[in-house]
This record gives sequence, structure tokens and C-alpha cells, in this order.
Amino acid sequence: MSDVSAHSPAHRLTSTARSRRFARSRALVTLAMYAVLTVMACIILVPLLATALGGFKSLGELRTNPIGLPMRWQWDNYLGILGSARYWAMLGNSMLIAGLTAALTLVAGSMAAFTFAHVRFFGREMLLNYFLLGLMFPAATAVLPLFIQIRDFGLLDTYWGVILPESAFGLAMSILLFREFFRALPSELLEAASVDGCGYIRFFFYITLPLSRPILATVGIFSFVRSWNNYLLPLIMLNSEAKYPWPLGIMVYQGEFSTEWQLVLAFVTLTILPAVIVFFAAQRHIISGLTAGAVKG
Amino acid sequence: MEAQSLSGLSPGAALALPPAGGQARRRRSLGQRLWSTGPVLVLFLPPALLLFTALVVVPILDAGRYSFFDWSGYGVPTRFIGWRNFDLIWRYPAFHQALLNNLLIIAVSLCIQLPMALGLASLVASRIRGAVTFRMIFFLPYILADVAAGLIWRFMYDGDYGLAAAMAHVLGLPAPYVLADPHWAMTAVLVVIVWKYFGFHMMLFIAGLQGIDPALLDAAAIDGANRLQRFRRVTLPLLTPTIRLSVFFSVIGSLQLFDLIMPLTKGGPEDSTQTLVTFLYSFGIMRMRVGFGSAVGVVLFVICVVFAFGYKRLAFRDV
Repeated sequence: MSDVSAHSPAHRLTSTARSRRFARSRALVTLAMYAVLTVMACIILVPLLATALGGFKSLGELRTNPIGLPMRWQWDNYLGILGSARYWAMLGNSMLIAGLTAALTLVAGSMAAFTFAHVRFFGREMLLNYFLLGLMFPAATAVLPLFIQIRDFGLLDTYWGVILPESAFGLAMSILLFREFFRALPSELLEAASVDGCGYIRFFFYITLPLSRPILATVGIFSFVRSWNNYLLPLIMLNSEAKYPWPLGIMVYQGEFSTEWQLVLAFVTLTILPAVIVFFAAQRHIISGLTAGAVKG
Repeated sequence: MEAQSLSGLSPGAALALPPAGGQARRRRSLGQRLWSTGPVLVLFLPPALLLFTALVVVPILDAGRYSFFDWSGYGVPTRFIGWRNFDLIWRYPAFHQALLNNLLIIAVSLCIQLPMALGLASLVASRIRGAVTFRMIFFLPYILADVAAGLIWRFMYDGDYGLAAAMAHVLGLPAPYVLADPHWAMTAVLVVIVWKYFGFHMMLFIAGLQGIDPALLDAAAIDGANRLQRFRRVTLPLLTPTIRLSVFFSVIGSLQLFDLIMPLTKGGPEDSTQTLVTFLYSFGIMRMRVGFGSAVGVVLFVICVVFAFGYKRLAFRDV
């Protein structure tokens, strides 16, 4: 800008006109950008809001006014579900299954990854490759033999019948993530510890784990969310409704009340609400948890 | 750039690193080494090894074995029928439809979802006002369970109550039943897939874009490259590793799509929305045909493994 002022007045005039035109086109670009973003945001949010609001409507109103604000807020739909035992039982089941799956994945995965990262032993690379084979195919490919296997173990229709396969299929990814993190820890730590007579096991519990909180959170969230949302495995392993986690429970509920959309919508809203709240509370961790598998995998 | 592409998805790359360990440790005798590594190996490896072997590897091997039997799951498989199960699979029109649908999902992911995710990522990766809020909104559908997303859209598509009904009402058209129409059901499902998953790919691209050195773009701008040229000549080449990753996830995701289909259509109407896994479920698991279902599993397994290896070779040829 400073060299512009050195030119003749006429010159300066055209250059300000040009910069004004430039500013206007910039503003237009920004406007178009926000327009696109807003339209996209609406496409995302309208179904979600319609679901949440639909839970407040009567069936009759849902028919005439599916996406607007309810004319009369029917709290009964939500309160009825919140007061029902099945809603809380479902969430409890999901909590238990997802919690134990995440815990098992963390324990088994971090210990195995530690040996792969720090202990030298015969066949290490081969064994690691063996685990990484698990990254290549989804659980669905082996789901029938898995069913037979769980049946032969006598674990059909138990929580463990869901927890064990879910963590087994989560192991490959968790070992990969843990190993990468453990290897990045300064190697001087291990040398210093071994000089001080600290063995591998104590080193793992007293030094590696306390330093690994970020990766523990990432892997924990990753396996918890996967289990929390899983539908196929519990569908095949569980028979009694009392043990159903929420994705199964919600499908049963939808089957029972398929003509009463307002109840189904309230139910859907109440089941996704915990996830949405947790997401906004811990978004940074969750995004890294859910995309870590992607970036590192 | 090189390091970035190496860290992308190939497990092999992670393995190629030299084993750790200093000279000090090498000097110790074998006995001492065994003494110090023995306990940790005996304690730390078996949990993962047992779990993984019993519930991942053995079932996959079993699937291979069962696929040659006609077996309902009771007793031991005795009726060996060779390749008949695979022959049978191929004769199901529903299987062809499932394969076709999986390909369609991949095509839509690559031709619509990927450019959309990339475009939106480049809008919200910059530091414009509200970028973070938009990012969160776009990522929101991804955190929903497939089952919940499916139910939400089942409502939206409902010809009596949902958005489809409202739109038809406004336009004065008869009530549409999109999910019950074999010609339109798959399109409706594809819309839901893009709605739910583009946010995930957008996040990948945001991470990729943030890894690009802004000095490179500045340099291009100084050299007179306009916005489009900078995108095509600088951003896009540097994003190649992320694009490869996004493609990989689209394909793998399509191959295991199941949870989303169940609440929407269960593979119907007239098998028009079957995917490989819903086909496995409706024709193998629901009818408790363990041999047949295992054969479908084997087909899926082979597709996944061939894709994983083939993609690694093709996409990472130049790495």
C-alpha cells in the first residue's frame, strides 16, 4: 500500500477502485462460503431436530407437522420413557458391555503392545504381524463360526459372549496404536530403569502407563464407542431381552410401537442424548479417538 | 511428505523399523536375558494372544472349514458338499444385487462423498468465524450409532409422518413410500450413508490440510497462482496420502455395512438394498445355515484381503 501513495492522484484513484472491487468479490466469496456451510448444516441438523421435537408431539400433530415446533409440548412421551425400567436397563447393559470391552481391550492390548515395543524376543515381528492380520477383515466375516465358538464355550446369552469377541476384534487396532506410542517414549527411561534394577513389569506399571494417559484415553474411547454402537454381535449372541444393549433394545421398541412414531422418536432422542452430550463435553478426545484409528492405522 | 505417506495405513511400514535395544543389553548372556524377559512375556502376551486366537483366528479358519459342509449348527458337520455352497451363493439374485449395491456404495463414496468432504474441509479448515462449530455439526452424524441414524431416517422417509410426507403434501403429490419402493430404496439408503459418513472423511481431510505447510501456498500465490491453481497444484498433491486413506475407509466401510441397513429396509424391498453382510444375515444367520453363511463370510473375507493387499500395492507403488 505504501508505494501506491507515491504515484499520481489519478493512479491512486483507479487502484482504490480496484481494491474496492477486490474487497467486494472477497465479500461475495465469503457470503457464498457461509451459504454453502449453512445449507449443509441444515441438512445435517433438520433430521436430528425433527427427531427430538417429534418426541414432543402427539401422533396426530406429527402427521400434519412433522418438522416444525410442536404446538402443544407433550412431555408425557419423554417422561414415560424416562420412568420406564427398560430404558435404564438398556443403558445399563450397554454401559456394562462397552465398559468391560474397553477395559479388556486396554489391559490386553497395552500389555501385548508393551512387549512388542520394548522386549526383544524370538518371533516378535511374526507375532506382531499375526495380530495385525486382524485389521484386514470385519467381524461379520466370521460371525457364524464365532457364534458356534461362543456357544461351545457356554457363553451364549451372557454379557461375556458379547464382550470377549468385541475386544478380540478391537485388539489389532489397539496394539498398533499402543505400540506406536510406547516406542515414541524416550528410550533413556528404560535404560535408566534397568540400571536401577527395575524389571520390565515394574517399568510398565510405574513408568509406561502413567506416561501413556493420552493414548489410553484414545484407545479407551475408541473401543467404548465401537462397542456402545455395535448391533451385529449382540444381535447374534444375546437372546433374552433383559440383557439387550440399547441398539437392540431400540429396534425391539420400534417393532412394538412402530405405528406410534412420537414414542419411537422420543426413545431415539433419549438414547442418542448421552452420546451427544459426551461428544460436546469431550470433543477433542473423541475426535482424536475416532480418527486415530484412521490416521495411524 | 515422504514420511507422511509412509505413516499412512500400511501396517508393513510400521514393522520395517529396526528392532530397539542398545549394546549394553546385547552384552548380557542368554541366561540373563531369559531371566529378565521371561516373566514379562509369560504375563503380558497370553491374554491378547488367547483372546485373539480363540475369537478371531479360529473362527476365520472355521469359516473356511464349515463353508464346505451343509450344516445347521447342531452336532458336528458331516455332510461334506465341496464347493456347492459357493455355487449356491452365486445362484442367488440377491447376492448379485448385494455385490452391485456394495459397488454402488463405493462409487457414491468416491464420486460424491469424497469431493464433498474435501470441499467442506477446505472451507472449515481455514480460520473463518464459526469454523469449529460447523466442524462439530458436520461430524455429529458420525458419532450416532448406525441404528439410531437409520431409525431417524426411516422417520424422515415415512410417507405418512416424515419429511417425505410433508414435502409431498406441500407439492400436492400422493404420499411417497420411498423405502418400500424397490426403485428408490437404494438411493434413499445412499443419501443416509453420505449424510452419516461424510463428516468422518471431512475430519481426515482437515487433519491432512492442517499438515500442509502454509509457506508452500504463499509461495505459489506470490508466483501468481490463483486459488484454483493453488488447490490443484499444491494442496491436492500434498493431500494424496489422506485421499488414499479416505478411499480405503470408504471401501472397507461399504464392505461391512449392516447396522444402518437394518432399521431402514432390512435389505428389502425385493432385496433391492442388500449388502454383502445383510445377505449373510438374511440367508445364512436367520435360517441358521452355518455352512452357507460361513461360505458367504469366506467370500467377504477374500474380497477384504484381496482389496487390502491389492490396494496397498497399487496405491503405495510409488512410496
